[in-house]
Amino acid sequence: MVNDMVTVMPSSRGGVEITPQEKVPNYREAQTVLEMRDVSVSYGAFKAVRHVDLRIGEREITALIGPSGCGKSTVLRALNRMNDLVPGASMTGSVTYHDQDIYASQVDPIEVRRHIGMVFQKPTPFPKSIYDNVAYGPRVHGRKLSKAELDDVVEEALTGAALWDEVKNKLKASGLSLSGGQQQRLCIARTIAAGPEVILADEPCSALDPIATSRIEELLLELAKKYTIVIVTHNMQQAARISDRTAFFTAELDDDGERFGRLVEMDQTTTIFNSPGDRRTADYIAGRFG
Amino acid sequence: MSAQSLNTPLVLTRRRPRLAELAFNFAIRACVFFALGFLLALLAFVVYKGWSRLDSRLWEGMPTARKSRIDTAGVQSAILGTLWVVLTTAAIALPLGISAAIYLEEYADNRRWYNRILELNIQNLAGVPSIVFGILGLGIIARAFGLGFSVITAAITLALLVLPTVIIASREAIRAVPSSIRHASLALGASKWQTVWRQVLPAAVPGIATGSILAVSRAIGEAAPLLMLGAVTLVLFNPDGFDSVYTTLPIQIFNLIKAPFDGFQELASAAIVLLLAILLAMNALAIFIRNRYAKKW
Ligand SMILES: Nc1ncnc2c1ncn2[C@@H]1O[C@H](COP(=O)(O)OP(=O)(O)OP(=O)(O)O)[C@@H](O)[C@H]1O
Ligand SMILES: [Mg+2]
Repeated sequence: MVNDMVTVMPSSRGGVEITPQEKVPNYREAQTVLEMRDVSVSYGAFKAVRHVDLRIGEREITALIGPSGCGKSTVLRALNRMNDLVPGASMTGSVTYHDQDIYASQVDPIEVRRHIGMVFQKPTPFPKSIYDNVAYGPRVHGRKLSKAELDDVVEEALTGAALWDEVKNKLKASGLSLSGGQQQRLCIARTIAAGPEVILADEPCSALDPIATSRIEELLLELAKKYTIVIVTHNMQQAARISDRTAFFTAELDDDGERFGRLVEMDQTTTIFNSPGDRRTADYIAGRFG
Repeated sequence: MSAQSLNTPLVLTRRRPRLAELAFNFAIRACVFFALGFLLALLAFVVYKGWSRLDSRLWEGMPTARKSRIDTAGVQSAILGTLWVVLTTAAIALPLGISAAIYLEEYADNRRWYNRILELNIQNLAGVPSIVFGILGLGIIARAFGLGFSVITAAITLALLVLPTVIIASREAIRAVPSSIRHASLALGASKWQTVWRQVLPAAVPGIATGSILAVSRAIGEAAPLLMLGAVTLVLFNPDGFDSVYTTLPIQIFNLIKAPFDGFQELASAAIVLLLAILLAMNALAIFIRNRYAKKW
């Protein structure tokens, strides 16, 4: 973990040319959990994201950044087959989870999502009690737990999401009665309780105030000790503060003038923020576009 | 501002009446008054006319065709007949209608032509006059299926009649459940069916219940199709099974009103009051459910 050493300092040396080999992120320490090879995603006839290669390291926080519409959410959803739910969406290339192709025909997308959970931009508690929200995962997975065991799972997940102290006396209250920040932590607790290895989060703080945001950031840093996390964020400081690796995406026009998203570069967050390999990355981080 | 506000208080409440506004205001009030007044007058009339028969004889006595027995007659067989028919109708129409709505909203692919045809036909069915359903029930259910003039024939016919209403109301309720709830459930590793059963349906229940109650209350008040399905005869005993002969309240009221003797009209009015009370109570329940469980998100 290199989190505490990150300095947020846009580099002026952004334009430095680096040979392609050097741009390939090195993963000396972290084992690869998820890997995308030559992934393109289309919505109907529109090829929204093209030729993305990226690797997600075990128990690291990977941040996906880039201007609006460059396909960050699309890439994130491709990592746990949530794009299957979008009518008309299709994908080429391969996504492997521990070297297993998650798009292979014999793979059950439900099983994929049990290993790779997702937290959304807008907190979406179910209109049920706090307890039932958290117990939802274990229940639908058909785990045969006694009441006491389920209680333990719920307490552990809520503790893990730094919410237990605030809700332990009102577990029967509706999840919707919580504040926005609490609701988002409830959604994180719910995801933890489902027992995934990877947690994907699409702008989980963008609907929250700064205090709630910093609580979620602390929480993600804490969770990265046990989980592999991929987070989409528009907040450069946030990416710099919490992530180990950063992938920068951008939107480009192809020969037909169609806008599509692509990965520009991916590297250690310190490198991306201090000496990015591509001018566009430097410009984006410096706030010159996007 | 400070210069004038010291002595002359600011008048915000003074209003200049505008003629068009006044006229419009008057017109809408008149419309509401007319509609409400008409309804109340009708109610008052039947209550007044049936007052002498609004007692236990109404549900303890049996219908009669004889002038001499009218004083002790009631509509018990019609009340029980209505109960039998309507409960059976609900037992058929609700599971079918709600399942169809789930299929159309959650599973059917709109791009497939047969699903589009299905949708179009449901809309059309909702507009078919009820007497046509009676003819269909007579020809197919009573004769071709050989179920005769029985409770089950009436119930199947009425179920077909209210099915489009149940489907349309249930679909709307299901559609109103935000897709973020579905996605959150699926992202936790729930299957499609678990998501529908544990998230979508519970959230849609108030809307489905409201629509179902309104559909059932329509079945209670319906007389036209049953006129063709044997409910017209004088039934002097209570129904005791699906294959039983029956009569219902609207039909019984129709029969009583036709009778050219004193006493029959009063009994008919009392039965109308009872029927209206049941319908108003059901509609009130539907409104209550709708308001009580108003949108949670
Ligand atoms: N369901 C969809 N149907 C059709 N096109 C879509 C759909 N979702 C996304 N797109 C398109 O795909 C492209 C990438 O969208 P995506 O949502 O992945 O971008 P993003 O980087 O997450 O943007 P933002 O930062 O605004 O969330 C956009 O051009 C968008 O219009
Ligand atoms: Mg997005």
